Amino acid sequence: MTDLPGRPSRRGFLKGSVASAALLPLAVPAQAETLPDLPPLDQYKPQYLTAPEWAFVMAACARLIPSDGNGPGAIECRVPVFIDRQLAGAFGKAETWYMEGPFEPAADPRLGYQSPLTPAEVYRKAIPLFDAWCADHHGAGFAKLTAEKQDAALTSLQKGEVGLAPEQRDFFSLLLQNTKEGYFADPSHGGNYKMQAWVYIGFPGARGAFPEWAGRENVKYPLGPVALDGKRA
Amino acid sequence: MATRTDPKKDVVIIGLGWTGSILGMELAQDGLEILALERGADRNTVPDFQYPDAFDELKYGIRYGLMQKPAQSTLTVRRNLTETALPYRHLGAFLPGDGVGGAGVHWNGQSWRPLEVEYRLKSYVEEAFGANIMPEGMQIQDWGVTAAEMEPFMNKFERVAGISGKAGNIKGQIQEGGNPFEAERSEDYPLPPLKNTWDSELFADAASKLGYHPFPRPSANASRAYVNDYGMQLGPCNYCGFCERFGCNNYSKSSPQVCILDALKRKPNFAYKTRCEVLKIEKAQDGKTATGVTYFDENSGDTVFQPADVVLVCAFSLHNVHLLLLSGIGQPYDPVSGEGVVGRNYAYQMTGGTGLWFKDKVFNPFVGTGSGGMSIDDFSIGQIDFAKEGFIGGSYITGSHTGGRPIQQLSMPPGTPSWGAGWKQAAGDWYGHNMSIGSHGSNMSYRDCYLDLDPTYKDRHGRPLMRMTFDWKPNDIRMTQFMKGKIEEIARSLKPDKISAGYKADGSHFDVRPYQSTHNVGGAVMGTDPKTSAINRYLQSWDCHNVWVMGASAFPQNTQYNPTGPLGGLAYWAAEALRKDYLKSPRPLM
Ligand SMILES: Cc1cc2nc3c(=O)[nH]c(=O)nc-3n(C[C@H](O)[C@H](O)[C@H](O)COP(=O)(O)OP(=O)(O)OC[C@H]3O[C@@H](n4cnc5c(N)ncnc54)[C@H](O)[C@@H]3O)c2cc1C
Ligand code: SF4
Repeated sequence: MTDLPGRPSRRGFLKGSVASAALLPLAVPAQAETLPDLPPLDQYKPQYLTAPEWAFVMAACARLIPSDGNGPGAIECRVPVFIDRQLAGAFGKAETWYMEGPFEPAADPRLGYQSPLTPAEVYRKAIPLFDAWCADHHGAGFAKLTAEKQDAALTSLQKGEVGLAPEQRDFFSLLLQNTKEGYFADPSHGGNYKMQAWVYIGFPGARGAFPEWAGRENVKYPLGPVALDGKRA
Repeated sequence: MATRTDPKKDVVIIGLGWTGSILGMELAQDGLEILALERGADRNTVPDFQYPDAFDELKYGIRYGLMQKPAQSTLTVRRNLTETALPYRHLGAFLPGDGVGGAGVHWNGQSWRPLEVEYRLKSYVEEAFGANIMPEGMQIQDWGVTAAEMEPFMNKFERVAGISGKAGNIKGQIQEGGNPFEAERSEDYPLPPLKNTWDSELFADAASKLGYHPFPRPSANASRAYVNDYGMQLGPCNYCGFCERFGCNNYSKSSPQVCILDALKRKPNFAYKTRCEVLKIEKAQDGKTATGVTYFDENSGDTVFQPADVVLVCAFSLHNVHLLLLSGIGQPYDPVSGEGVVGRNYAYQMTGGTGLWFKDKVFNPFVGTGSGGMSIDDFSIGQIDFAKEGFIGGSYITGSHTGGRPIQQLSMPPGTPSWGAGWKQAAGDWYGHNMSIGSHGSNMSYRDCYLDLDPTYKDRHGRPLMRMTFDWKPNDIRMTQFMKGKIEEIARSLKPDKISAGYKADGSHFDVRPYQSTHNVGGAVMGTDPKTSAINRYLQSWDCHNVWVMGASAFPQNTQYNPTGPLGGLAYWAAEALRKDYLKSPRPLM
């Protein structure tokens, strides 16, 4: 491997990083959130989502971050697993949110989330309604549509054209936000399988020590990502 | 009703963040018996911010692991006097802290001093441009202290926090490479500046070519190892890119933990309790002093009365005001009559930014710090002809980035689809090819921007939530639009392939969803007139002389800078008044 411009040598750099790594406490796996090796998607047993909801989330993720083209898709990154686990946990239950009434879900969106529903409940209520809308307008439930029709349906959902009640109006933004979170979050949360999304864009994960790299001009950082459990890709 | 009364303390401190830690440390040196009550958890670098757990973007950056939980504490928001305020149900625009260290754990560390004219803004505007340039409803005031009076205390804070930077004006001598527009300082920063990332260098070069005066942004991320006046140690920053929203795993970000608390905890006359939320400051029968505080002890479920001779309110600006309102200390402000002081002059921070994308430049955005970067102050409050430009205010402008965390910080050029094949392709094409130039600007105070108690919503203790009434005003929007023009000139000179603009524009209303800043100021403002300020120029309550209120709630309007430098300086200023004067003879100092 060629030496990097402006650096003594790549070997020097690696030595340096080993030395500074030795000063850091050993990488202990993040306790509660660490997953045992997850089964592939088709064998995963959802904790929160029902079978039809799971089918919807699988199909929607596959369009929001599709598999074709450069880079992994949401399916290769096992984003649906991430979403299921988030909905089963504190996020899905809005555990840290203020959820006292009265509620005014139709308020100006700039006043923030005002639905009485938790994120998990939004998914539960909105998925069948959206599926029914898809059946009405495109001839079948979302998961059964062609990719083209799925994209058209998601676009309508995003534009607020599918007639969801104000309580569920944030469904699309939650779904999209959660999909991107699952794509890019540390793999211990269930998505970003094998750090593929990080490898794709060039994010080195939890390396977190770059003192020699500040000020270097137009030199791409050469090392791949490290996850919270110490694995490398 | 309290289930228990504890033995009296000399001083009780509400909240153990930046200001609580500073006051604790200063007063502990006089041997007083001090108890700090902190509503959140205890927190230490190990285990709470240690490697690698601290580098979990989802947990800390997106789910706000270290911050206030609205289920336990929040407020309601409306934009004008007629709207119904609704709860801030999950965090967005601002992220108050929770737990030992407060927001001082997960701040960026951009550490500034106000400009000389900012301390006497109203007088300056009147003298330089005439009172009639102030638009109807604007309610700006002087602070009641001057830059010269504050200098030793600002310096003290910077020495304790170990700020990295380059002075621009030492005792009236302009220093090459520093900020020539800053208020006069007595000495340089305790540490040299951080190293620049390439984007900051590009910005600084472009700004110089246009005749501006770039300088390193003063930073509470240590450029070198440092030992402060309390014997506390900082290690050199790792440019880790997980700074704001995260605790520092490396003892490099100045925080109450790293700069003060271990030294303070060694003092036998200081004690602190966690998971103890103060519900109310109790007043004596004559109403002229406080007798102590009542708090809810989450550990035991008890409600405890803690008597004390002095009550220091250090709970963060918004909570300071909420506590005063709940405790009936000072007259609540009424925006219709203009009378009353508690809640008056709430203000925020006007920020904006320009994004630049370059196909052929690689920035490694994950190499970043919370507060590094190069800034210019050529369009700061003291440099603008308000009469000519048609607004009152100013901004500092910075080329910098803080990290490349992909969920929050992946930045795509305008026109990129928000999902689908086009989004994915753009993520691969543009990650690491983006830089930004931001403006960080003042926000004036107005008659109808204020804080009071909400008539409808209650917290888990059954107390009314605080209600924020706030919106952006044309004066401040004109200011930020002016900055947009100046920034775009700099940005275009760099010839980016793509460029984007994110500035408040005509018709913009306050939106609680996107993060803007945790620079909530005012509501218990300082001053020399009890009709227009809740606390005097020493931060002592006009109404109860043994209640002192720290933090950015004291700012009569917001400066163009981040608030922690000045609120740190004010904490040292108040500590000196307490130690040298008040404690010897407790009484109203004004
Ligand atoms: C993401 C982020 C980035 C920031 N970046 C910058 C920056 O770059 N520069 C800058 O100048 N500022 C920045 N800030 C703001 C900075 O953190 C605050 O100005 C500073 O911490 C305020 O100090 P304080 O002592 O007033 O409050 P804090 O440090 O927040 O401490 C208040 C403490 O009081 C406790 N408390 C509240 N209510 C009660 C109660 N009733 N009973 C007991 N305890 C209570 C809280 O839990 C908290 O621990 C940032 C803030 C955030 C969130
Ligand atoms: S950027 Fe520096 S100061 Fe900030 S968290 Fe990382 S190591 Fe600490």
